[in-house]
Amino acid sequence: MSVPLEAYLALSALLFVLGTTGVLVRRNALVVFMSIELMLNAVNLTFVAFARQRLAIEGQLAVFFVVVVAAVEVVVGLAILIAIFRTRDTVDIDDVDLLRG
Amino acid sequence: MVVEVIIFVFAALGALAGGLGVVAGRLPVRNALSLLLVLGSLAVTYLLLAAQFIAVLQVIVYAGAIVVLFLFVVMLLHRQLGAMSPDRLRWQGPVAIGLSAAFLILMLLTLRFATNAAAPAPAEFGTVESVGRALFTSFALPFEVASVILLVGIIAAVVIGRPASRPVAAPPRSSAPSPVGAPRR
Repeated sequence: MSVPLEAYLALSALLFVLGTTGVLVRRNALVVFMSIELMLNAVNLTFVAFARQRLAIEGQLAVFFVVVVAAVEVVVGLAILIAIFRTRDTVDIDDVDLLRG
Repeated sequence: MVVEVIIFVFAALGALAGGLGVVAGRLPVRNALSLLLVLGSLAVTYLLLAAQFIAVLQVIVYAGAIVVLFLFVVMLLHRQLGAMSPDRLRWQGPVAIGLSAAFLILMLLTLRFATNAAAPAPAEFGTVESVGRALFTSFALPFEVASVILLVGIIAAVVIGRPASRPVAAPPRSSAPSPVGAPRR
């Protein structure tokens, strides 16, 4: 008996929902970034699980590109975070509301 | 095999515990280390799914680079990270948790547990050779685009992170020049 595909999908769904909860609830911008990483990893797990199920290597390539884009996103996002901290002295995303309508 | 199931259960428990730590932890350092636990556990599940190259990539890029970057930012900002202004959107937390729970139930309802067991993977599935062969033949153009994206990210980080050009007599905030176009020191 091997691990069924649905077990991986359920784990992925749980991790994704943890990530959305973190993005919506937490106000620390750094923790919000980490929650986004959590969601990206949940989707990566789905990609790899389906690639294994269908024996299609393209799913793993999608994960490769997601990892590349996630690395760039973290670098740019953390640079923006540090720039905001330097000018406004806060990492609370509720305080960064210049675009508020 | 039963061993596979046992490894999966431990990896899944580690990933979920780490995910809870990322979302619920109060100290940013602990959030980052919980993220490390999630990434390591997921690397183990990738190995179970015959994705050796992706597992190695996960450890090198995510655990080795991204988490370290998070820890560097925690180190740079540590005196401010603990203090938060009082919450102005009190209703947001319960609503967010309720909506997330509804979304989770919706996703879990789509699972059927009826698919056939996966065929045994051939030995070369998921190795560096097979992934690299696909990457440099049918996915060559996306691969080149990914390199351009990485270059853009490097340039953007340098431009955004450059210190302000005028250290004394900072202009009022409303007319502060964007650091993007700031002249070189």
